[in-house]
Amino acid sequence: MAQLSYREAVTEALAQEMRRDENVVFIGEDVAAAGGVFKTTVGLLEEFGPDRVRDTPISEQAILGATMGAAMTGLKPVAEIMFSDFFAVCWDIVANQIAKTRYMTDGQAELPLVIRSGNGGGVRFGAQHSQSVENWAMAVPGLKVVAPAMPADVKGLLAASIRDPDPVLFFEQKALYAAKGEVPDGEHVEPLGTASVLRSGSDVTIVALALMVPRALKAAEELEAQHGISATVVDVRSLVPLDTQTILSEVAKTGRLVTVEENPRLCGWGAEISSIVAEELFWDLDGPIVRVTTPHIPLAAADSLEDAMLPSADKIVASVRELVD
Amino acid sequence: MAAKPKRAAAAKRKPQPQIDAATRLKLYRTMVECRQLEQRAHDLFMQNLIKGTSHLALGQEAVAAGFGVAMREDDYTFCTYRGHNHTYVRGVSMTAILGELMGNSAGLMRGKGGSMHLTSVEHGAMGSYAIIGAHLPIAAGAAWSAQYRGTEQVAVCFFGDGTTNIGAFHEAINFAVVWKLPVVFVCENNLYMEYTSIYDVTAVRNPAADRASAYGLEPILIDGNDVDVVYETAEAALERARSGGGPSLIEAVTYRHGGHSRADPGKYRPDDEVKEWLGRDPVPMYRERLLGLDIDAADLDRIDAETLAMIDEATETARNAPLPDVDIAWIDVWADGGAQWRN
Ligand SMILES: Cc1ncc(C[n+]2csc(CCOP(=O)(O)OP(=O)(O)O)c2C)c(N)n1
Ligand SMILES: [Mg+2]
Repeated sequence: MAQLSYREAVTEALAQEMRRDENVVFIGEDVAAAGGVFKTTVGLLEEFGPDRVRDTPISEQAILGATMGAAMTGLKPVAEIMFSDFFAVCWDIVANQIAKTRYMTDGQAELPLVIRSGNGGGVRFGAQHSQSVENWAMAVPGLKVVAPAMPADVKGLLAASIRDPDPVLFFEQKALYAAKGEVPDGEHVEPLGTASVLRSGSDVTIVALALMVPRALKAAEELEAQHGISATVVDVRSLVPLDTQTILSEVAKTGRLVTVEENPRLCGWGAEISSIVAEELFWDLDGPIVRVTTPHIPLAAADSLEDAMLPSADKIVASVRELVD
Repeated sequence: MAAKPKRAAAAKRKPQPQIDAATRLKLYRTMVECRQLEQRAHDLFMQNLIKGTSHLALGQEAVAAGFGVAMREDDYTFCTYRGHNHTYVRGVSMTAILGELMGNSAGLMRGKGGSMHLTSVEHGAMGSYAIIGAHLPIAAGAAWSAQYRGTEQVAVCFFGDGTTNIGAFHEAINFAVVWKLPVVFVCENNLYMEYTSIYDVTAVRNPAADRASAYGLEPILIDGNDVDVVYETAEAALERARSGGGPSLIEAVTYRHGGHSRADPGKYRPDDEVKEWLGRDPVPMYRERLLGLDIDAADLDRIDAETLAMIDEATETARNAPLPDVDIAWIDVWADGGAQWRN
C-alpha cells in the first residue's frame, strides 16, 4: 500500500489502463503538455505520446462528440471536461447522443467511453465552477455515474469505468484532489455499482457521496464521542448502477436513514434513495428519513458563504441528533 | 428579406469523360432506387402505414448517390433525420428501412430508432442524428479513430444549410482541421431550414463555402443536383482524407421537392422557384445526359423496372412483418443487454 493523493490516484488509474490497452486514449483541454488544470494527468504525455494524450480546443461539444465517434469505432476514449459545470454546453452530446445511441440502434452501437470531470464545491470558485451535477447525469437513462471519495476508489473505480463497455461519467470532487489515502500497489480495479460500508453502528445509517463522505465520517466520530450515538456510514460511490442491496441492508440494521448530498436539494440523488427505502423498507424504519443537502440555491464564492451552504459535519451531527434523540 | 442568391457557379459544369459507363449506370441506378424508395415511403404515409414524422430528400438524391458510389465499403457515414438515402446507399436493404419507418419487426432497429435514426453499423452507416449539428463532432471522432488505428477509412458527414449556424458545426470543423482528420463534411444546401430561407438568417451568402476560409479550408461550392459533379468532388475529397490531407468542407446546392417533413406542404416557397428546381430534377437530368452519351434507353428502362420490382417486394415483406415484441423496449440500455440500474 502506498499513500497517494486523490489527484495522483487519477493519474495512476489512467496510466494503468493505458499500459494495458492501447485502444485507451485520453483527450481534453490543457491535459497533455500542461498535465491538466488540476494536475491530474501529469506525465501521461511523456509516457504515452501525443497520439494517445491529446490537447483539444475549447470545444466541449467537439471533445465529447469526438469521444463518442471514437468509441463507436473501436477505441476506448477517456475525455476530460475541466469543470462539470461545462456539461451545460455539451449536454446534447451526453444526454441525447451518448446515452441513447445503443438503445436507439437496437444494440448495434458500442459506447465504451469515460468522461472525467472536476465536480463540486469547497474551493471558493463561485456558482459556475462549483456545482455538483451528478444528479443531472443520474436522471438520464443510459449513463453510468460514479463519484468516489477515497484515493483507492478513485484508482479502482476509474480503472473499472475505463474497462466498462458502457459510457461512464466519472465525477472527481475538486476539494478532495489533495486528500491522501492508502492505495493498493499494482493493478487495482474495483467493481462499479458497489457501495462501501466505511463504519458500522447501531442507531442510524448515514449515506454519503464524494466530499460528503469524509464529512459524514467526521460527524459519526463526533456523534459517538460526544453524544453516544452510533452511526453507520455508507459511501455510495456509484449512483448508476446503484447498490440498493447494501443501502437497504444497512438501513434495516439501524432503522434510520440520513442522506448527505452536496447537490442542490430538488431531485438530488438522496431523494431517489429515500424513495426506494420508503417503499421497500417502510416497516423497518424507526423514524422519518432525513436529507441533509445544499439548499436549492446557486453557490456563492466567498468562503464564509460557501461554508454556510454546503453540508458540514456540524450540520450532519445536528440533523442526526434531532432524528435520534 | 435577403436578396435571392445566385445559383452555385459550378452548376453548368460539363460531364467529365473519365467517369466510365459502368460507374455512370451505378450512379443512375442508385439515384433511381433512392427516388423510388422515398416515393414509396411517401405513399405509405398517405395510407397511414407510417406514423410519426418523416423527412424526405426527394430532389436531393444526387448527393447521397454520388458519395455512396464513391465511398469505400469500410468508410463511415453520419447523416441527419433526412437520411433514408444516405443509409440506403451504404447497402442497407429497402425492407429494413421501410420496416423501420413502419415501426415493425422487419425494421433496421425493430422500431427502436424510427425514421430519424436509421443506423447500420455493419454497413458503416453510423447513425442518423436528429439534433442539429450533433453528428459533426461525432463524425470527427470516427475519423480520429480511423487515423489512430491507421486504417485509411474516411468519415463522411452530411448535414443541411441550417446546420452551419449552430456551434457544433464550427467546433467540429476547427477540431478536424487542427487534428488533420480524415473526414468530409458535406453541406446539402437545399435553401431552407424547416420553413425559413437560409438566406434570411445567415451572415454570408453561401452558408458553408463562405465559412471554409475561416478554418483554412478551400471553399468548395458545387451543383448538388449533378451526380457526376458530386461523384468527382467526393472522390477528390475522399482521396485527400485517405492520404492524410485532412478534412474537406463541401457545399452542394440542391432542392427538396416537397416540404420539410410530412406535416409541411412547403407553401412558403415561391412557385417560380419550385418550378425552376423541378426542371433541374437530378434523376431525369442524368437520364438525359446518359442518353446523350449513347447509353441505351433500354438499359435505363430496365433499371427503372428492376427498382420498382425490388421496392414492391420490399414493401410487401415490410408491411407484412409482425409488430416488434414489446419485450425489446426493455433491452439494450446497457452493453449487458439489459435495463437494470440497481441491484
Ligand atoms: C438543435 C436543434 N434545433 C432545432 C431543431 C428543429 N429542426 C429540425 S430540422 C430543422 C431544420 C434544419 O435545416 P437544415 O440544416 O437546412 O437541414 P434540412 O432539414 O434542410 O435538410 C430544425 C430547425 C433540431 N432538430 N435541433
Ligand atoms: Mg436545409
